[in-house]
Amino acid sequence: MPGMLEDKVCLITGAGRGIGAAVATRFAEEGARVYANDNRPGTVDEWAAKAAFPGKVYPLYFDITDSSQSKEALMRIKKESGRLDVLVNNAGVEFNELIGMISEQNMRKMFEVNVFSMINLLQFAARIIARNSEGGSIINISSIVGQRGNRGQLVYSATKGAVISLTKSAAKELADKKIRVNSIAPGMTRTAMMLQADQSRLQERIANISMGRLAEPEDIANACLFLASDLSKYISGEILGVNGCAIM
Amino acid sequence: MNNLEKYRKVFRSIFDVEDDVLNENFRFNNVEKWDSVAHMSLISALEDEFEVLFDTEDILSYGSFENGMKILTKYGVKFEE
Repeated sequence: MPGMLEDKVCLITGAGRGIGAAVATRFAEEGARVYANDNRPGTVDEWAAKAAFPGKVYPLYFDITDSSQSKEALMRIKKESGRLDVLVNNAGVEFNELIGMISEQNMRKMFEVNVFSMINLLQFAARIIARNSEGGSIINISSIVGQRGNRGQLVYSATKGAVISLTKSAAKELADKKIRVNSIAPGMTRTAMMLQADQSRLQERIANISMGRLAEPEDIANACLFLASDLSKYISGEILGVNGCAIM
Repeated sequence: MNNLEKYRKVFRSIFDVEDDVLNENFRFNNVEKWDSVAHMSLISALEDEFEVLFDTEDILSYGSFENGMKILTKYGVKFEE
Protein backbone atom coordinates (compact mmCIF):
# COMPACT_ATOMS: atom_id res chain seq x y z
CA MET A 1 0.00 0.00 0.00
CA PRO A 2 1.52 3.36 -0.97
CA GLY A 3 2.36 5.75 1.84
CA MET A 4 0.47 8.96 2.48
CA LEU A 5 3.39 11.00 1.15
CA GLU A 6 4.61 8.63 -1.55
CA ASP A 7 7.23 10.42 -3.69
CA LYS A 8 6.44 13.83 -2.17
CA VAL A 9 9.52 15.99 -1.85
CA CYS A 10 9.69 17.57 1.59
CA LEU A 11 12.04 19.97 3.37
CA ILE A 12 12.04 19.97 7.16
CA THR A 13 14.13 22.48 9.08
CA GLY A 14 15.64 21.83 12.48
CA ALA A 15 15.54 18.08 11.91
CA GLY A 16 18.69 17.13 13.82
CA ARG A 17 16.67 16.10 16.88
CA GLY A 18 13.38 16.45 18.71
CA ILE A 19 10.24 17.41 16.83
CA GLY A 20 12.04 17.98 13.52
CA ALA A 21 13.63 14.52 13.58
CA ALA A 22 10.27 12.95 14.45
CA VAL A 23 8.56 14.75 11.55
CA ALA A 24 11.28 13.72 9.11
CA THR A 25 11.07 10.11 10.30
CA ARG A 26 7.27 10.03 10.04
CA PHE A 27 7.34 11.51 6.54
CA ALA A 28 9.98 9.02 5.37
CA GLU A 29 7.87 6.19 6.84
CA GLU A 30 5.10 7.37 4.52
CA GLY A 31 7.31 7.22 1.44
CA ALA A 32 8.46 10.84 1.17
CA ARG A 33 11.80 12.07 -0.13
CA VAL A 34 12.83 14.05 2.93
CA TYR A 35 15.47 16.75 2.93
CA ALA A 36 16.27 17.03 6.62
CA ASN A 37 17.95 20.29 7.51
CA ASP A 38 19.94 21.26 10.57
CA ASN A 39 22.71 23.78 11.16
CA ARG A 40 24.79 21.27 13.15
CA PRO A 41 26.60 18.97 10.72
CA GLY A 42 26.21 15.27 11.47
CA THR A 43 23.07 15.54 13.60
CA VAL A 44 20.69 14.21 10.94
CA ASP A 45 23.09 11.42 9.94
CA GLU A 46 23.12 10.25 13.56
CA TRP A 47 19.46 9.20 13.51
CA ALA A 48 18.93 8.68 9.78
CA ALA A 49 21.70 6.07 9.54
CA LYS A 50 20.02 3.88 12.19
CA ALA A 51 16.63 3.69 10.51
CA ALA A 52 15.15 2.11 7.38
CA PHE A 53 12.21 3.77 5.68
CA PRO A 54 10.21 3.28 2.49
CA GLY A 55 11.17 6.89 1.66
CA LYS A 56 14.62 8.49 1.69
CA VAL A 57 16.24 10.95 4.03
CA TYR A 58 18.82 13.39 2.66
CA PRO A 59 20.70 15.37 5.32
CA LEU A 60 20.95 19.01 4.26
CA TYR A 61 23.07 21.13 6.56
CA PHE A 62 22.68 24.89 6.28
CA ASP A 63 22.04 27.89 8.44
CA ILE A 64 18.49 29.13 7.81
CA THR A 65 19.47 32.62 8.98
CA ASP A 66 21.79 32.91 5.99
CA SER A 67 19.62 33.76 3.00
CA SER A 68 22.17 32.66 0.41
CA GLN A 69 22.57 29.25 2.10
CA SER A 70 18.78 28.81 2.18
CA LYS A 71 18.54 29.68 -1.49
CA GLU A 72 21.33 27.29 -2.43
CA ALA A 73 19.64 24.50 -0.47
CA LEU A 74 16.35 25.03 -2.29
CA MET A 75 18.14 25.11 -5.63
CA ARG A 76 19.80 21.82 -4.76
CA ILE A 77 16.42 20.25 -3.97
CA LYS A 78 14.97 21.53 -7.23
CA LYS A 79 17.93 20.26 -9.26
CA GLU A 80 18.02 16.84 -7.58
CA SER A 81 14.31 16.16 -7.20
CA GLY A 82 12.80 18.52 -9.76
CA ARG A 83 10.18 19.83 -7.36
CA LEU A 84 9.20 20.63 -3.79
CA ASP A 85 5.84 19.64 -2.31
CA VAL A 86 6.07 20.29 1.41
CA LEU A 87 8.01 22.68 3.64
CA VAL A 88 7.94 22.23 7.41
CA ASN A 89 9.35 25.32 9.09
CA ASN A 90 10.31 23.76 12.40
CA ALA A 91 13.69 25.24 13.35
CA GLY A 92 13.52 27.60 16.28
CA VAL A 93 15.35 28.91 19.32
CA GLU A 94 14.00 29.67 22.76
CA PHE A 95 15.38 31.79 25.59
CA ASN A 96 13.11 32.28 28.58
CA GLU A 97 13.63 35.58 30.35
CA LEU A 98 11.46 37.62 32.72
CA ILE A 99 10.54 41.21 31.96
CA GLY A 100 13.38 43.46 33.06
CA MET A 101 15.93 40.78 32.24
CA ILE A 102 15.28 40.37 28.54
CA SER A 103 18.54 40.35 26.64
CA GLU A 104 18.49 42.32 23.41
CA GLN A 105 20.87 39.84 21.82
CA ASN A 106 18.58 36.90 22.63
CA MET A 107 15.55 38.86 21.52
CA ARG A 108 17.11 39.57 18.13
CA LYS A 109 18.27 35.97 17.77
CA MET A 110 14.79 34.60 18.45
CA PHE A 111 13.17 36.90 15.89
CA GLU A 112 15.91 36.16 13.37
CA VAL A 113 15.53 32.38 13.61
CA ASN A 114 11.85 31.98 14.51
CA VAL A 115 10.34 34.65 12.27
CA PHE A 116 12.62 36.30 9.68
CA SER A 117 14.23 33.06 8.49
CA MET A 118 10.84 31.39 8.34
CA ILE A 119 9.49 34.17 6.10
CA ASN A 120 12.57 33.93 3.92
CA LEU A 121 12.29 30.16 3.44
CA LEU A 122 8.56 30.41 2.90
CA GLN A 123 9.14 32.93 0.10
CA PHE A 124 11.74 30.81 -1.70
CA ALA A 125 9.82 27.56 -1.20
CA ALA A 126 6.49 29.02 -2.32
CA ARG A 127 8.02 30.01 -5.65
CA ILE A 128 9.13 26.44 -6.27
CA ILE A 129 5.95 24.79 -4.95
CA ALA A 130 3.85 27.16 -7.09
CA ARG A 131 5.13 25.37 -10.19
CA ASN A 132 3.33 22.18 -9.20
CA SER A 133 -0.08 22.04 -10.85
CA GLU A 134 -1.41 20.35 -7.70
CA GLY A 135 0.25 22.88 -5.34
CA GLY A 136 1.65 21.80 -1.99
CA SER A 137 1.73 22.43 1.72
CA ILE A 138 3.68 24.69 4.06
CA ILE A 139 3.55 23.94 7.79
CA ASN A 140 4.89 26.43 10.29
CA ILE A 141 5.56 25.24 13.82
CA SER A 142 4.32 27.80 16.33
CA SER A 143 3.52 27.12 19.98
CA ILE A 144 0.72 27.16 22.51
CA VAL A 145 2.45 30.20 24.06
CA GLY A 146 2.01 32.06 20.77
CA GLN A 147 -1.74 31.64 21.26
CA ARG A 148 -2.00 32.15 25.01
CA GLY A 149 1.20 33.85 26.22
CA ASN A 150 3.22 32.71 29.21
CA ARG A 151 5.17 34.14 32.12
CA GLY A 152 8.87 34.38 31.33
CA GLN A 153 8.29 33.94 27.62
CA LEU A 154 7.43 37.42 26.42
CA VAL A 155 9.77 37.40 23.44
CA TYR A 156 9.42 33.72 22.58
CA SER A 157 5.63 33.98 22.67
CA ALA A 158 5.81 37.12 20.52
CA THR A 159 7.82 35.26 17.87
CA LYS A 160 5.35 32.36 17.91
CA GLY A 161 2.42 34.80 17.75
CA ALA A 162 4.11 36.23 14.66
CA VAL A 163 4.32 32.73 13.19
CA ILE A 164 0.56 32.35 13.65
CA SER A 165 -0.16 35.70 11.99
CA LEU A 166 2.19 35.17 9.07
CA THR A 167 0.67 31.72 8.51
CA LYS A 168 -2.80 33.22 8.13
CA SER A 169 -1.60 35.93 5.73
CA ALA A 170 0.49 33.54 3.63
CA ALA A 171 -2.47 31.17 3.36
CA LYS A 172 -4.61 33.92 1.88
CA GLU A 173 -1.91 35.00 -0.55
CA LEU A 174 -0.92 31.52 -1.74
CA ALA A 175 -4.36 29.90 -1.96
CA ASP A 176 -4.75 30.64 -5.67
CA LYS A 177 -1.54 28.70 -6.31
CA LYS A 178 -3.02 25.74 -4.39
CA ILE A 179 -0.40 26.15 -1.68
CA ARG A 180 -1.89 25.48 1.73
CA VAL A 181 -0.27 27.18 4.71
CA ASN A 182 -1.07 25.98 8.21
CA SER A 183 0.52 26.04 11.61
CA ILE A 184 0.84 23.51 14.38
CA ALA A 185 0.94 24.90 17.88
CA PRO A 186 2.48 22.24 20.15
CA GLY A 187 1.99 22.28 23.88
CA MET A 188 4.79 21.12 26.16
CA THR A 189 6.63 18.41 24.31
CA ARG A 190 8.96 15.71 25.62
CA THR A 191 12.29 16.72 24.12
CA ALA A 192 15.80 16.45 25.49
CA MET A 193 15.62 20.11 26.48
CA MET A 194 12.39 19.60 28.40
CA LEU A 195 13.73 16.62 30.32
CA GLN A 196 16.64 18.70 31.59
CA ALA A 197 14.20 21.11 33.24
CA ASP A 198 13.46 21.21 36.98
CA GLN A 199 11.45 17.98 37.56
CA SER A 200 9.16 19.28 40.33
CA ARG A 201 8.25 22.29 38.19
CA LEU A 202 7.72 19.94 35.26
CA GLN A 203 5.23 17.81 37.25
CA GLU A 204 3.38 20.99 38.21
CA ARG A 205 3.08 21.89 34.54
CA ILE A 206 1.96 18.39 33.53
CA ALA A 207 -0.85 18.74 36.08
CA ASN A 208 -2.16 21.53 33.85
CA ILE A 209 -2.53 19.21 30.88
CA SER A 210 -5.96 17.55 30.82
CA MET A 211 -4.59 14.41 29.20
CA GLY A 212 -2.02 14.14 31.99
CA ARG A 213 1.15 13.85 29.94
CA LEU A 214 3.58 15.81 27.80
CA ALA A 215 3.22 15.65 24.02
CA GLU A 216 5.60 13.21 22.39
CA PRO A 217 7.47 14.47 19.29
CA GLU A 218 5.52 11.78 17.37
CA ASP A 219 2.22 13.48 18.33
CA ILE A 220 3.44 16.63 16.58
CA ALA A 221 4.77 14.58 13.65
CA ASN A 222 1.38 12.91 13.12
CA ALA A 223 -0.33 16.29 12.98
CA CYS A 224 2.29 17.44 10.45
CA LEU A 225 1.62 14.32 8.39
CA PHE A 226 -2.08 15.17 8.24
CA LEU A 227 -1.36 18.74 7.11
CA ALA A 228 1.24 17.61 4.58
CA SER A 229 -1.00 14.94 3.06
CA ASP A 230 -3.95 15.18 0.71
CA LEU A 231 -6.25 14.43 3.66
CA SER A 232 -6.07 18.16 4.45
CA LYS A 233 -6.33 19.43 0.89
CA TYR A 234 -9.18 21.85 1.72
CA ILE A 235 -7.60 23.20 4.91
CA SER A 236 -5.49 26.36 4.90
CA GLY A 237 -4.78 29.25 7.25
CA GLU A 238 -5.52 27.12 10.32
CA ILE A 239 -3.67 26.77 13.61
CA LEU A 240 -3.86 23.23 14.93
CA GLY A 241 -3.18 22.91 18.66
CA VAL A 242 -1.46 19.67 19.67
CA ASN A 243 -1.43 20.10 23.42
CA GLY A 244 -3.38 17.34 25.18
CA CYS A 245 -6.07 19.88 26.04
CA ALA A 246 -3.76 22.03 28.13
CA ILE A 247 -5.37 24.30 30.70
CA MET A 248 -2.38 26.65 31.05
CA MET B 1 21.36 26.73 -28.23
CA ASN B 2 23.48 29.36 -26.47
CA ASN B 3 22.33 31.35 -23.43
CA LEU B 4 21.30 34.40 -25.47
CA GLU B 5 19.11 32.25 -27.67
CA LYS B 6 17.62 30.56 -24.62
CA TYR B 7 16.98 33.98 -23.06
CA ARG B 8 15.24 35.28 -26.17
CA LYS B 9 13.19 32.11 -26.42
CA VAL B 10 11.83 32.62 -22.89
CA PHE B 11 10.76 36.19 -23.72
CA ARG B 12 9.16 35.14 -27.01
CA SER B 13 7.22 32.45 -25.24
CA ILE B 14 5.99 34.58 -22.31
CA PHE B 15 5.10 37.72 -24.29
CA ASP B 16 4.24 36.07 -27.59
CA VAL B 17 6.46 38.45 -29.60
CA GLU B 18 8.90 38.20 -32.49
CA ASP B 19 12.64 38.28 -32.00
CA ASP B 20 13.12 41.72 -33.59
CA VAL B 21 11.33 43.59 -30.76
CA LEU B 22 13.58 42.12 -28.09
CA ASN B 23 16.00 44.98 -27.58
CA GLU B 24 16.83 47.80 -25.12
CA ASN B 25 13.33 49.24 -25.58
CA PHE B 26 11.58 46.11 -24.41
CA ARG B 27 10.60 47.30 -20.91
CA PHE B 28 7.76 46.52 -18.54
CA ASN B 29 6.36 50.07 -18.87
CA ASN B 30 6.03 49.99 -22.64
CA VAL B 31 5.00 46.38 -23.18
CA GLU B 32 1.27 46.00 -22.71
CA LYS B 33 1.43 42.31 -21.87
CA TRP B 34 4.05 42.84 -19.15
CA ASP B 35 1.73 42.85 -16.13
CA SER B 36 2.36 41.30 -12.71
CA VAL B 37 1.19 37.86 -13.81
CA ALA B 38 3.46 37.92 -16.87
CA HIS B 39 6.29 39.19 -14.68
CA MET B 40 6.09 36.21 -12.31
CA SER B 41 5.72 33.81 -15.24
CA LEU B 42 8.83 35.34 -16.78
CA ILE B 43 10.77 34.99 -13.53
CA SER B 44 9.70 31.34 -13.12
CA ALA B 45 10.58 30.51 -16.72
CA LEU B 46 13.99 32.15 -16.45
CA GLU B 47 14.69 30.39 -13.14
CA ASP B 48 13.84 27.06 -14.74
CA GLU B 49 15.81 27.73 -17.92
CA PHE B 50 18.98 28.91 -16.18
CA GLU B 51 18.63 26.94 -12.93
CA VAL B 52 18.81 29.96 -10.65
CA LEU B 53 16.63 31.31 -7.84
CA PHE B 54 16.40 35.11 -7.94
CA ASP B 55 16.68 37.28 -4.85
CA THR B 56 13.57 39.33 -4.17
CA GLU B 57 15.41 42.57 -5.00
CA ASP B 58 16.30 41.21 -8.42
CA ILE B 59 12.71 40.16 -9.11
CA LEU B 60 11.55 43.67 -8.26
CA SER B 61 14.16 45.34 -10.45
CA TYR B 62 13.82 42.94 -13.38
CA GLY B 63 12.12 45.56 -15.50
CA SER B 64 13.55 45.15 -18.97
CA PHE B 65 14.95 42.70 -21.46
CA GLU B 66 18.37 44.33 -21.24
CA ASN B 67 18.54 44.79 -17.46
CA GLY B 68 17.49 41.18 -17.05
CA MET B 69 20.62 40.05 -18.80
CA LYS B 70 22.74 42.08 -16.38
CA ILE B 71 20.91 40.49 -13.45
CA LEU B 72 21.37 36.98 -14.82
CA THR B 73 25.07 37.68 -15.31
CA LYS B 74 25.31 38.15 -11.51
CA TYR B 75 24.08 34.57 -11.17
CA GLY B 76 26.87 33.28 -13.38
CA VAL B 77 24.97 33.15 -16.67
CA LYS B 78 27.21 34.20 -19.57
CA PHE B 79 25.70 35.73 -22.72
CA GLU B 80 27.61 35.29 -25.91
CA GLU B 81 26.51 36.48 -29.35
